[in-house]
Amino acid sequence: MIKNIMLVGVGGQGTILASKLLTTGLMEAGYDVKMSEIHGMSQRGGAVSSQVRYGENVQSPVIEIGGADILVSFEKMEAMRWLKYLKPEGKVVVNDYEMDSMPILSGKVDYPSGIIEDLKVKVKTTVVDAAKQAKELGNPKVMNVILLGTLIKAMGLENINWNKIIKDNVKPKFVELNLKAIEVGMSLA
Amino acid sequence: MKKLLTGNEAIARGAYEAGVRFASAYPGTPSTEILENIALYKEDILAEWATNEKVAVEAVIGASYAGARAIAAMKHVGLNVAADPLFTNSYTGVNGGLVIVSGDEPGMHSSQNEQDNRNYARFAKIPMFEPSDSQEAKDMVKEAFEISEKYDSPVLFRITTRLCHSKGIVQCEDRKEVEIKEYVKDVKKYMPVPAHSTIMRVKVEERLNKLEEFSNNTPLNYIELNYTGSNDKKIGVVASGCSYKFAKEVFGNNASYLKLGFTNPLPKALMKEFASKVDKIYVIEENDPIIENELKMLGIECFGKNTFPYKGEMTPDVIRKSVYGENETTIDYDESKVVSRPPTLCAGCPHRGFFYEIGKRKNTVISGDIGCYSLGFAEPYNAMDWSVCMGASISMGHGAQQVFNMKKGNETRVVSVLGDSTFFHTGINSLLDVVYNKGNSINVILDNRITGMTGHQENPGTGYTLQGLETETVDIEALVKACGIKNVRVVNPNDLKEMKDTIDWAYALKEASVIITRWPCVLKKFSKEDKEEFQGAFQNNFKVDEDKCIGCKKCIKTGCPAISFDKTVKKANIDKGPCVGCGICAQVCPVNAIAKEAK
Repeated sequence: MIKNIMLVGVGGQGTILASKLLTTGLMEAGYDVKMSEIHGMSQRGGAVSSQVRYGENVQSPVIEIGGADILVSFEKMEAMRWLKYLKPEGKVVVNDYEMDSMPILSGKVDYPSGIIEDLKVKVKTTVVDAAKQAKELGNPKVMNVILLGTLIKAMGLENINWNKIIKDNVKPKFVELNLKAIEVGMSLA
Repeated sequence: MKKLLTGNEAIARGAYEAGVRFASAYPGTPSTEILENIALYKEDILAEWATNEKVAVEAVIGASYAGARAIAAMKHVGLNVAADPLFTNSYTGVNGGLVIVSGDEPGMHSSQNEQDNRNYARFAKIPMFEPSDSQEAKDMVKEAFEISEKYDSPVLFRITTRLCHSKGIVQCEDRKEVEIKEYVKDVKKYMPVPAHSTIMRVKVEERLNKLEEFSNNTPLNYIELNYTGSNDKKIGVVASGCSYKFAKEVFGNNASYLKLGFTNPLPKALMKEFASKVDKIYVIEENDPIIENELKMLGIECFGKNTFPYKGEMTPDVIRKSVYGENETTIDYDESKVVSRPPTLCAGCPHRGFFYEIGKRKNTVISGDIGCYSLGFAEPYNAMDWSVCMGASISMGHGAQQVFNMKKGNETRVVSVLGDSTFFHTGINSLLDVVYNKGNSINVILDNRITGMTGHQENPGTGYTLQGLETETVDIEALVKACGIKNVRVVNPNDLKEMKDTIDWAYALKEASVIITRWPCVLKKFSKEDKEEFQGAFQNNFKVDEDKCIGCKKCIKTGCPAISFDKTVKKANIDKGPCVGCGICAQVCPVNAIAKEAK
């Protein structure tokens, strides 16, 4: 059985680190893993996605439309952008966090309202206020690892030794913070 | 040891394991990380950023002649630049093994076109490899060096974005040291004057014949038969590269496969054998119908571009829709709510001041180039008319200015714009052309002290090499003057008055001019020289005084992603996080409502 995870957000939000930790953990747990991410100009504020697939023998690194078991969105509107990739019975983990894109910043259009309500009607949705939680942990950048924690719990992957994965892959001075973040994230699933 | 590697990292690992001694590249998505990762093997491989792809390929040809295994990497359009040395290197062959990696972009995620570089292998008559995942990428690089040396030919290693930027588990091995071979002077081999080339020409054709035999027999190309009882119609899929993995995802064991890893020359005998074992053949390939046409020339019926799109990636959903008419079930929702998220110049980007000023000019045509500054075409600047390829801004601008000048009473001025790294790439030749042919275009070099868009690679202007050695810093101003440009000014693009006055100065001249805007990319990790030269850069914040703000939106028109407009209170607002204090917004505010504060 192959499982499909999509991590989406805005360039600079740390989806790449989150997917790196995730895939490393999955590999160390003995799964075959493939991961795909398209980057290029997206570092300049564009929409980004990381697709992670794991199981016994994974062929394609890409998730099909209608193929994801879970969609983790680091930004609210991005959940809607990528929703067509989710299986109808799949789950959404959405960060209750808005990042205005240029048409919104310039006042041409408004940030869409009622996204979380719409998601809840359509699909099993977990809302995480990762910004607030990250602030409480003392570093707004750690939102990504909080969301990773929620994802891990939602996918039933909490038996993997995430403490080791974080210690091996994060700069020493940030290890403690990230360990706390992953724990906080798990508690929110 | 098992590692989770991207295709690019795997190729770097393969080069290391294959005993490569010399590597050269010009950065370009999706191939950039290949050299960045090869560069990490400092003890074993000399890795260099070349000034362009032609130079990179020429450098590795030289390295090969001198006896070392060598590798070059580039994006697909880079091979156009490097095509000249490639085609004749095919005639001379190699001494040490030589592999040229081409990162193609089906789907154009970060490119200006979608050319299929498999055509180059056929065109240049050289062997080609197409891996389908990271493990294969690593293993095939090693095999490619063996083939290069055995058949005395450069090898084209064709990969695509999806392979470059996807990770898979790779079994890593030790490096095999390969001695640098002796260089023996042999003008009949290395000097392609006509008398020698006519002999080489025959050898090239003989080499292709031998390679076809190899192609038919190598385990890189193989048939995978899956006959299940439920299948009365035996479906066969022919695919190479990532398309093979995508096809397996959709058909699984309900089809048989001809998996092609070595794709020039194609294995005709193996293709015929496969065709005899299945009833219906799908050829799944990205971009051009190369395998399909070969099958058809063999008289084999198949479904190819009549079934699958001629463009883009053949991802599983594309294959599924093409074969079965529909995708997997999705959630029905209103997608129109989603607002676009176009890429923008970063807060603090040094290109902003220039585009803000030049965008206001009348009777101006702006000849653009390839880099972050391509975004100058977009709102709110609308300050770019065209671009074609690296370095073309200056030469296209020159041609256009010459023609505008033919019109009576012409007032149109052409402003050609490119970055520092693009200027080094192929802009220098273009500038010589302007000078030599008495052109009068205005040429702007946006010198942000780094190669920006591909993720901050060193270049001849930064003072450091790929592997971190201090080196000569090429002085762009002196170089421009040496090209014969008499009118040169270096400006700080964040000072709008200075920017405007300098543009006025250039417009008033009757001769060609060069303006160099010198300020580092906001994302650049400063070198010690940067810290000295650009003291205090990116250290501040600016803040809107709400009482003073009149809601005129002038600051919004700078296109800075740190500034937003609150429609309810009709006031601008600056987000402290991304703001780095470039001060462009404060300079355009008509009521001085924006002021500096410490970050």
